[in-house]
Amino acid sequence: MRPYLAILSARYRMLLQYRAAALAGITTQFFWGFIRIMILGAFYAASDVDPPMAFAAVVTYVWLGQALLGMLPWNLEPEIEAMVREGNVAFELVRPVDLYSLWYMRTLALRTASTSLRAVPIVLLAGFVLPWTPLADWALAAPAGLAAAGLWMLATVVAMALGCALTMLVHVSLMWTISGDGLSRVVPSLVSVFSGMVVPLPLFPDVLQPLLHALPFRGLVDVPLRIWAGHLEGAEAWTALGGAALWALALVALGRFLLARGCRRLVVQGG
Amino acid sequence: MSQIVVEDLVKTYRVAERRPGLGGAIRGLVRREHRTVRALDGVDFRIEPGELVGYVGPNGAGKSTTIKILSGILVPDSGRCEVLGHVPWRDRVRYVSGIGVVFGQRTQLWWDLPVIESFDLLSAIYRVEPERYRRSRDELVSRLALEPLLDIPVRQLSLGQRMRCDLAASLLHEPPLLFLDEPSIGLDAVSKLAVRDFIRELNETRGVTVILTTHDMDDIEALCRRVIVIGRGTILTDGTLDDLRARTRGERRLILDLVEDEPVSDRDAEVVSRSGTRVELRFDPARVTATELISRLTARHAVRDLFVENPPIEEVIARLYADEDREA
Repeated sequence: MRPYLAILSARYRMLLQYRAAALAGITTQFFWGFIRIMILGAFYAASDVDPPMAFAAVVTYVWLGQALLGMLPWNLEPEIEAMVREGNVAFELVRPVDLYSLWYMRTLALRTASTSLRAVPIVLLAGFVLPWTPLADWALAAPAGLAAAGLWMLATVVAMALGCALTMLVHVSLMWTISGDGLSRVVPSLVSVFSGMVVPLPLFPDVLQPLLHALPFRGLVDVPLRIWAGHLEGAEAWTALGGAALWALALVALGRFLLARGCRRLVVQGG
Repeated sequence: MSQIVVEDLVKTYRVAERRPGLGGAIRGLVRREHRTVRALDGVDFRIEPGELVGYVGPNGAGKSTTIKILSGILVPDSGRCEVLGHVPWRDRVRYVSGIGVVFGQRTQLWWDLPVIESFDLLSAIYRVEPERYRRSRDELVSRLALEPLLDIPVRQLSLGQRMRCDLAASLLHEPPLLFLDEPSIGLDAVSKLAVRDFIRELNETRGVTVILTTHDMDDIEALCRRVIVIGRGTILTDGTLDDLRARTRGERRLILDLVEDEPVSDRDAEVVSRSGTRVELRFDPARVTATELISRLTARHAVRDLFVENPPIEEVIARLYADEDREA
């Protein structure tokens, strides 16, 4: 484990240095959160049917989503991208470590660094500052209970594992496409719609629900956030959590398989 | 037992080809044409522990491909390859913890980290025990004079400084075998000498086996007892430097510094070049001995100074390449 932990901590520390990007991210996410709450609020105000989720739960869902955006597979680890393009993958292979695990650790560093830089300020602002302003209705609520909080932590770990496994698939695809521009633009759009990042999943039409449940993306946002808000609990929560964990394992296995194939056909650019 | 055994190694690449122009680009959208390039076409050699071998050849001859197969990065199409008792690509993780690799054109250090942190990280990756790591690091730091560089981020180092750090990085885990792929590329004279001295010392005092690819024939002449020449994926020659010279027909050079600028000619020698009063002649020692030629020329011309030497190794190798091209 020592090599992998060393890479994780070194890369994490390195990525924490991008302060300007983090500040820009916090600001964007904060305002984006307001916009989403206002839009959803307008829908709620205009709707005359019984909503599948209380407005307060939706607000919490939105804020947590904004805070934990960094966990989603929305970008690639810049060093892996550069390595594949410039042929430095060769160097990764002369090291006595498993390539998939090594890259997974780099990905985990990327996800945890961008999450920890953004999550704390957004939670502080939305959870502790907003309640004291006239916008108290738009504030992030505490977890639904102690059990919900514990389960949420577990769900967040699973979501992180899932997010990294998805990011890894895009990384592995680089071995075929060299440039990551294609998939790395398609995947985030898919993810943000199907994970619940754009609109909370319970608000989707009923016909789409089976599809949303079957896809892997729900474990990224929808499951942990609804657990926090108390909207998903008991056996239903455990089932959702188990499904997400299975998806994470399956995607890791797929990524491993593809990476091994990619390495076999490796042509190091430049002879 | 040989440390490296390579038998009949073959590696081909499939390269996508595109016809020139817009028409070609459009056709490429529908059907890709592929061409097979044989990078290695039956390469054989054995290397014993403690050898310092120069592996030379023109661009595209298959040098880097060989090194990449030997270091476990590429998988060959066929042939046998065993290094330190391992098949490199099959047992990669265990195998590579026993070798060191330096690619001159790339760095294995972390661009944004200070040198010392890259070293620490590598020691964790190679699972070197802290006590052993401190010892080998301190030794490398003092031998390569890295002390003033340790706290500088790698991106701020000059090429020569970076190469010294890369050398140290590849040796922190004290491998018995070191692959150096063009370690002197782009280095200035001082750095080149420092790197060369270090490699020689490493080989002589620590007994590390070194395989060195380079285009710099001075490196070869200064370091290597044995030279393997590769061209178009096959081994052209494999032997000592002297063997290599002997292969290109017995040929010597006589260099004369004349007192006056006058034409020189002899029936057994050919003028290769002249600049001012310096004349360089080529002769075949089987046809005329050096003493005979010298006495004949000194009788006819006033000579201030003269010396006899072997043709430079670049020319020897260039001629091997040219012979190979003619046969092809």
